[in-house]
This record gives sequence, structure tokens and C-alpha cells, in this order.
Amino acid sequence: MKRFVIKEFLHIFRDIRSMVILFGMPIAQVLLFGFAITNEVKDVRISVIDQSNDQHSLALTQKLYASGYFIDGEDIPSVTLIEEGFRKGVTKMVVVIGPGFASKLATGEKPPVQLIADASDPNTASLITTYASGIISDYSRGLMPGKGLPVISAEPRMLYNPSLKSVYMFVPGIITILLMLVSAMMTSISIAREKELGTMEVLLVSPLKPVEIVAGKVMPYVVLSFINAVTILVLSYFVFDMPVNGSVLLLLAESVLFILLALSLGILISTISNSQQTAMMLSMFALMLPTILLSGFIFPIENMPDVLQWISLIMPPRWFIVIVKSIMLKGTGIAFFWKETLILVAMTVVFLAASVKKFNIRLA
Amino acid sequence: MNKVSVYGKGLTKSYGKTEALKSVSFSVEKGEIFGFIGPDGAGKTTLFRLLTTLLLPDSGAASIEGLDVVKDYRRLRQILGYMPGRFSLYQDLSVEENLRFFAGIFKVSISDNYHLIADIYEQIAPFAKRRAGKLSGGMKQKLALSCALIHKPEVLILDEPTTGVDAVSRREFWEMLIRLKQSGITILVATPYMDEAILCDRVALIQHGTIMATGSPADIIQTYPHKLFRIKSQNTLQLLRIMRQMPELKSAEMFGEYIHIGSSPNKMNESDIAAFLNQNNIRQFDLEPMEAGIEDCFMHLMKQQSST
Repeated sequence: MKRFVIKEFLHIFRDIRSMVILFGMPIAQVLLFGFAITNEVKDVRISVIDQSNDQHSLALTQKLYASGYFIDGEDIPSVTLIEEGFRKGVTKMVVVIGPGFASKLATGEKPPVQLIADASDPNTASLITTYASGIISDYSRGLMPGKGLPVISAEPRMLYNPSLKSVYMFVPGIITILLMLVSAMMTSISIAREKELGTMEVLLVSPLKPVEIVAGKVMPYVVLSFINAVTILVLSYFVFDMPVNGSVLLLLAESVLFILLALSLGILISTISNSQQTAMMLSMFALMLPTILLSGFIFPIENMPDVLQWISLIMPPRWFIVIVKSIMLKGTGIAFFWKETLILVAMTVVFLAASVKKFNIRLA
Repeated sequence: MNKVSVYGKGLTKSYGKTEALKSVSFSVEKGEIFGFIGPDGAGKTTLFRLLTTLLLPDSGAASIEGLDVVKDYRRLRQILGYMPGRFSLYQDLSVEENLRFFAGIFKVSISDNYHLIADIYEQIAPFAKRRAGKLSGGMKQKLALSCALIHKPEVLILDEPTTGVDAVSRREFWEMLIRLKQSGITILVATPYMDEAILCDRVALIQHGTIMATGSPADIIQTYPHKLFRIKSQNTLQLLRIMRQMPELKSAEMFGEYIHIGSSPNKMNESDIAAFLNQNNIRQFDLEPMEAGIEDCFMHLMKQQSST
């Protein structure tokens, strides 16, 4: 057993490819998701067509640019040229202020302001129009306090992520994806490699029990995946100020549980694939895509069609993401997610039992 | 007669519609080198995988040292040393690390059985730190043999150990096997090289999933029914074509630059053949009588098999 584990470590450390996947990827992913892939609105280029050119329309324009969400895109002189602007990609939204803005404001008429957005990127379009109309109504309210109809203003407060940082959403997702990837894919590949290179034949004709082979394969990856999880947490804490409001110890314990689950899935995959290629494709399609798409990491589960919601119930990452978010953001303890934890434990037991049972004691 | 070590009866195995083994029976005595001689695809590897408990036979039974290959596979795996046809060590581990690993999984230490592998391992010991993937073919085989022996197996099963190995290393390898035999290990070896048959105590000639003949190499050669000549000329192919037209001939097979021709004893002598060749305008040739070898027997048996 000891020899087996030593051998596995040697395999990993001597293969540059697996070293890169193991240690390069977590860092690259955290930084990528944290910096580049963000759905916050910042410095979006917009254009203003001001047909009034009076004191108020200028002030409103100023206010838009001062918000920090928008910067001045290319000047679009006429309404007829808006589409061309979108097509050239010089602006994302055009604010058209109709003629007589100030006078209509003064008489209490509805001032004509139109927002035209490039919705080829729907998320951004809906976000920036929301922000812009917020600024505009804010401006008009500021002009006539107490005037007109009583305005109901609800003041939203975003709990657990007050500034709506997307990093808060991505970090739990990345931890999940990476643990899944490293644990499941790497083990399934490393077992499939023994089959492909014929060394499995020799291992089988030895007194090693399937449990011993599986345990020997899995142990190094438990350790390495754990180091990975810690790396991601440390990185997100120092680079993105991602807090861990709950117990770090609990978070790590839950991570180990999830690592074990992912590893048992990896072994299961390797029992049905005979080459490294198959093992990799299977891990990719069977694990990675569902992890990203069906776990609630990017797309909210509540908005999915019923069928997909049911499928998401059997996705281990779905439950783990809930746990990670609870601990990191809400700071809650095990009492609030013992059900999720229990589900993960049950899944691990089932997968481990299945993979040890399915692990062939013979060839073919 | 010595005690039986390995025993197979009616072993049959098919992959889908292809029958790899058709009711193969044999027995190997304790402490002998037993060779399964046959070309690629004859069923040698399948047979060895049945014996090493890696595959289950469709029918028939086999036992090694009294242990059934199906029921007692766990105990059997303790006493087997197996070297698969492909080089099956870890290419990214060094020579030393490979040996240590295999000692480890059999729960022995290298020093326990070092005497068994000493004269093999010493030849590769200077490269102990080198990665196994960077060894030459001959050295790889020595390392693989060392790893298969480190737990002092009672039966050693070698699947084409000398395929892809140079002639010198091949001879060295066989010298090692003969030395190992003296320590009482039963050795089963599969090989496509007919010239290695002579180095075995007994052989089984195997083709198309059946054993055509079993016995000591001398016994098998004895059964060869024809009188044999070998003949050589400048144009071997032309010679073969002409020889095959000679009516009294039983066989004409190409063996490198020679053609071996067989006739029923006393039916034909050298002058008859010379006369026939002269008739066909071949004047320059070397012709001499010869003793049959294993390969002649193999060819003969193969023809018999395909005609029935």
C-alpha cells in the first residue's frame, strides 16, 4: 500500500501535464473568473443624443457619465445613425433626450427620454437600461421633491453580498468545478492509463485487492485536491477579499467530503473506460458540463424547466455549492445544511461501493 | 514421472464469434520449461490470460499447483510470476523504483529473494536510476523478469518474452531461464520463434487455437514423416515454383534462402531431384539431405490441420 501511494506521487510529479492541471489550473481559473469574467456593469460606452440642449438635459447627461457605470462613446449626431453605431460597435446604448426637455419638466409633463440598447448581448443590455433608468428617475425625483404623485421608493439591501460582487458567486462555483475536475478526471485518467499501458494486467495478477488498488490510486489525489481547495480559498481571500464568514474547519471538512465523492465518481468512470482518452471525454461530458450548467453555479436552478430541475437533484455539485455559499457568505453552521451534507455522504457511499464492486478483478 | 504443476483440460475461449482457443488440454510438470510455440494469433496470449486468472474460460478447467484458476484465483495470484507480452512496467519510474514497487505489492522486501534475481538484476543495476522507458529492449526484459521474480513465484508465466529483443539478448534471456529452472520454478513460455523450442524441456505446437503436438523437441522431430533435403539457388522463388511441380514431392517450403523439400522415405534421392532440376534448366544449385527441425514439423502439422 505504502509503495503504491509513493508510486502514484512519482507518476504525478514526473508528468508535467498533470502538474500543470493540478496546480496551474486552479490559480488560472480563480484569476480568470475573478478578473475577466464578470457581469458587473462598469465603464460601458454609451452615447447621448440631446435634442433639447437645455440646462436640464445637460445636467442629466452629466449625471449619467458621473455614475461610473458609463463612459462617453462615439458621438452619434442623429437618430437615424443609431443602428450604424451599434453595428460598428462604438456604443452599447443610446440615450435620446427629446426636444423641450426642460420646459416639459417645468410644466409637469412627461419628459421624453428614450433608451435604445444593443441587445445582442441581452444580459448587458438589460443591466445597463436598468441602471440608466434608475439614474434618470432619480434625477427627476430630485428636481421636484414632494411634487406630483407620492412615489413609493423601496430601498433594496443586498444581504451577504452588499455590493453584488460576482466573485462571491464564482468562488464557490470554481472550488466545486476544480475539485470535480482534478479529483474525478485525474483519477479516472490515471487508472485508465494503467489499463492502456498494460500495467493493470500485472497489478491484477498480484495479491492486491481491488480495494487496495483503488485506495492507493485515490489517496494522493485526496491530498493534492485538498491543497488545491486551500489554494483557491487563500487566493480568493487575498486577491478578491472573499470572506469566510463561517467556520473554516467546517468548510475544509465539507471539501474533503466532496473530494471523496468526486474521486469515487472518477473511479466509476475508469471502470468503464479502457483508454485515457475515453476516461477524459467521459469525465468532461459526464461531470464537467453538468457541474457547470446544472449545479446552479451560473444558471439559477429555479428558472430551469422541471425536467432539468429533477436532473439537477442528482448533481453532487448542486449540494456542495449550497454548502460552500452557506459557510462562506452566510456564515451558518452545519445545522443549516445537514441535509445537503447527508446527501453528499450518501452519494459518496453509493459511488464508492459501486466502483469497488465494478472494479474488474479480471481483464474485460 | 514428476508431479504435475500446471494442468489444463478442454480450455475453450471465444471473443464474440472468433474462437481463440478450441478445447486445449495439456499438462506441465513441476520444474520444467514448457514452451507454447506458435505464430501470432495462435491463441497463446489468451491461454496465458486464462492461466493467470485474467480471463475466465468459456468451458474447460485449469489448475496451477492444485489451485483452480477460476475458484482459487486469489491464492493463485500469490504464487504466480507473470510477464505480459507488452512491456508492462512503469516507464516513468526508474529501474530501482519499479523493482521496489513490485516487491511492495507482493509484500516482500527486495533482500528476501535477491539471490533469485541477483545475476539478472546485476546486469541492469548500473542503470538503477534510469527511467524504465529509456532502457533498451533487452534491459527492459531483464527488469521485467526481475520484477516478476521478486516474490519468488512457484510458477513463472512469460508471454513472448523475447519478441522485439536482439539475438544476443535473446540468448542471454534463455540462459537465465535455464538457470532459474534449477531453483525449481516451473516456467511456461510462449514464443513465436521456432528456434527457441529446442531450449524448452517440452513444447506444445499451437495454431488456430488448438495444440497440434506436445512433447520434447526431440520427440516431435521424430514424428516428422518425410525425408528432408534443403536446396538453394540464385532465384529462390523460381526454384520454389519449379520444385512444387515435382510429382513425387510431399512438401516444399521456403526457409530464408533455402527451400526445404520433403518426400516419403526411400521414394526419392538427391540424383532424382538434380535430374528434375536439370530438366527445368536449373543447373546451379546446392542440394543436401538434412534433419528436420521444429519448424518443419510445425509446417507439416499445420498443413495436416488445414486439410482435415
